[in-house]
Amino acid sequence: MVAMPDLLPALPELFLACAGMLLLMIGVFRGEGSLRLVSWLAVGALLVTGVLLVLGPTERTVTFSGLFVSDSFAVFAKLLVLTATALTIILSQRYLETEQLARFEYPVLLVFATLGMMGMISANDLIALYVGLELQSLSLYVIAAFKRDFAKSSEAGLKYFVLGALSSGMLLYGASLVYGFAGTTNFDALAALFAAGETPAVGVIVGMVFVAAGLAFKISAVPFHMWTPDVYEGAPTSVTAFFAVAPKIAAITLFIRVLVDPFGDLLAQWQQVIWFCAVASMILGSLAAIQQSNIKRLMAYSSIGHIGYALVGLAAGTEAGVRGVLIYMAIYLAMNVGTFAIILSMRVQGRMVEEIRDLSGLSKSHPMMALAMAIFMWSMAGVPPAAGFFGKFYVFMAAVDAGLIVLAVIGVITSVVSCYYYLRIIKVMYFDDLTEPLERPSRAASLVIAGTALFTFPVFFIFSNAILTGAATAAASLFQ
Amino acid sequence: MEIGLSHYLVVAAILFTLGVFGIFLNRRNVIIILMSIELILLSVNINLVAFSVFLNDLVGQVFAMFILTVAAAEAAIGLAILVVYFRNRGSIAVEDINMMKG
Repeated sequence: MVAMPDLLPALPELFLACAGMLLLMIGVFRGEGSLRLVSWLAVGALLVTGVLLVLGPTERTVTFSGLFVSDSFAVFAKLLVLTATALTIILSQRYLETEQLARFEYPVLLVFATLGMMGMISANDLIALYVGLELQSLSLYVIAAFKRDFAKSSEAGLKYFVLGALSSGMLLYGASLVYGFAGTTNFDALAALFAAGETPAVGVIVGMVFVAAGLAFKISAVPFHMWTPDVYEGAPTSVTAFFAVAPKIAAITLFIRVLVDPFGDLLAQWQQVIWFCAVASMILGSLAAIQQSNIKRLMAYSSIGHIGYALVGLAAGTEAGVRGVLIYMAIYLAMNVGTFAIILSMRVQGRMVEEIRDLSGLSKSHPMMALAMAIFMWSMAGVPPAAGFFGKFYVFMAAVDAGLIVLAVIGVITSVVSCYYYLRIIKVMYFDDLTEPLERPSRAASLVIAGTALFTFPVFFIFSNAILTGAATAAASLFQ
Repeated sequence: MEIGLSHYLVVAAILFTLGVFGIFLNRRNVIIILMSIELILLSVNINLVAFSVFLNDLVGQVFAMFILTVAAAEAAIGLAILVVYFRNRGSIAVEDINMMKG
């Protein structure tokens, strides 16, 4: 007889799993036309999950025989993921209805993907990591190909599937080597093993590099980024909005946990790898985006660049670095959700448009929307006093404190280069002639745009303390 | 000749390499890519079971069961996406997957 595990730390996940299955049943029995109902119920379920998370235990608790961990680091990251998913579901509704994609499976798949992400964030064992990652990935493969009558969307789904499966395979191969040469898959046991000062076997190092490569695929860090622009362009826009935020946050948190928790004492071995990925991502993200004319492709390269900046904090390998990454991801969430809310509102005479030149003259037809977009672009470029500046500031400071001065300098240079294409969008909106005015954005989209723009500037500037202390507590809980 | 751990590891490493090369070198058919993915996952399973036996520890076999289960779901989703793709394009040749240039 096996003792019943303590279910309390995993209560939010258990609730979300049951809610997801219930939503699926509601959708099946109500049939066509239940998208609106299922979407709002899904948003409600995500809200309840968030409340359960906040009310749950804050100190580090391990349950399910050491497979699952709940600490403030996990709570912080899960709250970001839940916010991202809920906002995406709200934004998607009108897009799905006008594009004849109004099927109830969409919010259900997003809920299951979110469940997988929460599992990843709380993983304390290589097995739990794999199961969470796959629950997320399998849902994402399906929604990438959600516009199933369109060749581009199915091609995006196929590409994402093949490269995603390859990355899972690499991660697993690494996990099997770590298991074989260290004798355990548990993160705490691995950490204790390496903390004892024993020189790790070569197999463990090789395995760790394979695991890191698999995770680098998921966050689309260079040199594992090649799927990103194609998938972002081909997938339906609301799906791209989701891809750009929630899975990125979940994967980078998982990356942090894997490198800092079990492999924290092998910093010397992985720091070079992360250093290289960060530099390559920042350079590619800033240079390759310059020649893009499709705004979804531009956002893909922009997100590769942002992941590079986040990796700068991880490369430092210190508590300040992890805090910087968490702050960066919180700001990244607001900027990206807001920008995608605008991209989802880019409709001319009943059809979606996605070229940058379609934004020309936006300041004349929709002055507030143009202002919000300008704030997001300033923030992404990292110009003070928008929020994006502080995100970059904290990761660069952590890198300098950890002695990675070259990395910080390269980061500053690439963010200056990336100003070019962010500011070009502002120039197109404010100084080019209006050709065809965009349609009025939906009420939900306007609210999200206004909220995220206000958060990016000036709310973050004034009330940054709450997020800073939250991120500091979260980072501290990882380094206990 | 005694068959030791290293023999199993070499077989798994060869299968893994074959799988990775199958994905990147194959220019003809997406089905072959799906088979290569299965090959990669099976090589990992061989690794895990071999380690599990030689470490005298069950966790490796539990992990292998999880991988088998997820691999089945993954293959189902992969084939479903492939069917959707074939309906749109009328071809599953790898060279034809080029509507978007990366």
